[in-house]
Amino acid sequence: MTAVRFQVVAVSAALALCTAMTSPVLAQKKYDSGASDTEIKIGNIMPYSGPASAYAAIGRTEEAYFNKINAEGGINGRKIKFISYDDGYSPPKTVEQARKLVESDGVLLIFGSLGTSTNGAIRKYMNEKKVPQLFVASGASKWNDPKQYPWTMGWQPSYASEARIYAKYIMKEKPDAKIGLLYQNDDFGKDYLKGLKEGLGPKASMIVLEDSYDTSEPAIDEHVMKLKASGADVFISITTPKFAAQAIKKAAEINWHPMHIISNVSASVGGVLEPAGLEVSQGILSATYAKDGSDPQWNADDGMKKFYNFLAQYAPKANKLDAGVVFGYAAAQTMVKVLQMCGDDLTRENVMRQAASIRDFAPDTLLPGIKINTAPDNFAPIEQLQMMRFKGKKWELFGDVISSEVNH
Amino acid sequence: MSAAEEVVAEGHQAVEAVPKRAMTLGTGTSLVVLAALLIVPVFVKNFIIFQMTMLLIYGLAVLALNILTGGSGQFSLGQSAFYAVGAYTSAVLMEHANINYALTIPISAVVCFGFGYLFGKPALRLSGVYLALATFALATAMPQLLKLNFLEHWTGGVQGLVVTKPDAPFGLPMSQDMWLYYFTLLVTIAIYIFSVNLLRSRSGRAFMAIRDNEIAASSMGVNVALYKTLAFGVSAAITGIAGSLGAIAVQFVAPDSYTITLAISLFLGMVVGGVGWLPGSFVGAAFIIFVPNMAESISKGLSGAVFGVLLFLVIYLVPHGARQIAILGHQLAGKLRKN
Repeated sequence: MTAVRFQVVAVSAALALCTAMTSPVLAQKKYDSGASDTEIKIGNIMPYSGPASAYAAIGRTEEAYFNKINAEGGINGRKIKFISYDDGYSPPKTVEQARKLVESDGVLLIFGSLGTSTNGAIRKYMNEKKVPQLFVASGASKWNDPKQYPWTMGWQPSYASEARIYAKYIMKEKPDAKIGLLYQNDDFGKDYLKGLKEGLGPKASMIVLEDSYDTSEPAIDEHVMKLKASGADVFISITTPKFAAQAIKKAAEINWHPMHIISNVSASVGGVLEPAGLEVSQGILSATYAKDGSDPQWNADDGMKKFYNFLAQYAPKANKLDAGVVFGYAAAQTMVKVLQMCGDDLTRENVMRQAASIRDFAPDTLLPGIKINTAPDNFAPIEQLQMMRFKGKKWELFGDVISSEVNH
Repeated sequence: MSAAEEVVAEGHQAVEAVPKRAMTLGTGTSLVVLAALLIVPVFVKNFIIFQMTMLLIYGLAVLALNILTGGSGQFSLGQSAFYAVGAYTSAVLMEHANINYALTIPISAVVCFGFGYLFGKPALRLSGVYLALATFALATAMPQLLKLNFLEHWTGGVQGLVVTKPDAPFGLPMSQDMWLYYFTLLVTIAIYIFSVNLLRSRSGRAFMAIRDNEIAASSMGVNVALYKTLAFGVSAAITGIAGSLGAIAVQFVAPDSYTITLAISLFLGMVVGGVGWLPGSFVGAAFIIFVPNMAESISKGLSGAVFGVLLFLVIYLVPHGARQIAILGHQLAGKLRKN
């Protein structure tokens, strides 16, 4: 046994030595299309027009962040050229724009494109062309599939990760809970449901009722009443904003006060809790991974100071209350980190290799303790969240940062 | 005739009569255009070839609408629904039943013909703005229907379906994009010739008679109900073929791809190209593909507004679209020849 182990050590030491000795050769400048001594071209596709144009703030913030990097001298002396096109949230247009970026503009990679079906439309193309499709701005868990799609990587915690965190929290705080859950009948809801069941594992029997609704339903009152009747004492509401507000209101009306968890998607104070009524929203739980740009508790935070300075200097028109701005800043920072790690080897292969070997990277606008980690078999950069409880007029973070890894 | 009916009858005249000879290009011009379409792909990048393929595909969809509106005088804002049915028919057959892509196209055409014909039946009772509204309802309903649970096994639900792009057959030394372009071009030419002949035939004359005056047409012995539904069927079938080709070219179908925006784009393409002028369909398709890109390069934040201004200019300066420009060009050429 010992001998075997020694052998392994010896072999790895020899390997390490080889790598060390050959590294000067490797350090020679290597480029793929889109990279040169002076420039790195990054492509991006955003819904600047159309139904999802509210998310365009993400693209504008990313552009501003790259401007800041360029003003400070670029990455290893190379300036970033950020080419961002509009797809109006329409998948065929996304394909056209992606092909334009790759074949006509010759970008090194496509970064942070927004949307689930839009990115789904180009995933096969990107993998066939072997062009990195990095840090997709979508919460679907399908971006973490390095075996089938080694050129595509997500960024934000997936819906499934978030759900696993709620499962962990419930198992710890309320081990004998009776869970009633209501989910939206689409990819968002189903991703969530899957994550929750994974998280509960053998304890999935805690779920006493799972009920689904369609977005075409005008109101979900009946579903809430059904859940109360099931005797559940934990209510997980996997709903989009309009329905989350309805559920909060209805539960209060029928005098049902379970432990109420809402998804991060609906954790907006102005968009959900205020319309539902601040009074009845007290004590509601959710989870998050990013700092709230409007929360004064971060005024003294170093990361957020940098963020506010950046806004003042490079994006004076950006609205710091917009979660997309915080998001875009952190995503762009991750992109810059990967390019710095690449050094002078700016090939597409090396970009993916570096993107898959990020260790404990903490962007300025993520919650303290949340770190980005990736590996060749783990293409889900952010997998931690922190629980929060609604109190007074705002969310209060509590407890430790929880990892979504399943350990049972 | 009640007041409401009069308004509807006036709506008919919004589509102005186009003499059938003026519906096509001259032989010489046609050959030049065809030669250009055949040769250009050899010299350009794959991406440009892809855009040209999309131009032909949207051109077909606009042509289909042109037959319906320019030919038989019926409005439709629901073409995206037929396009979606065609796209999904091809995608499902290719991915689940492993049927060759070329075979899925006639199947799509038949399915969409049936769908359009059946939709045309109840639509017979409606005309003008009311018909436009009914077709609008179809276009809004379609993306949601595609998300339905019991269809999810085949349609892939919200996630959509990825379609495999065909390789060039017989080991031809050309890229997938180029092969697909020539394949699309072949289909387009076939449909274009079919459409021109259709409009010049007995059925085409019946369409136009209905468009110009429904009452007169029916008193002349034209079976109004039959020809109106037939026009819907033919239009839907061609749109379906365009949808199939579109699914293969884009390699992906999802409910979000076929929203009302697509239907409005096609309608816009028809107006810009010139209602009732078949070659204009492809000019209109170029407009809906390239002008948004141009608008975006002028101003990213205001791309919608820039697009609106450009559209307004077109409607204001050349209200009959590309047809008007073609006629002006023709007259100019005639004058030059005389001098």
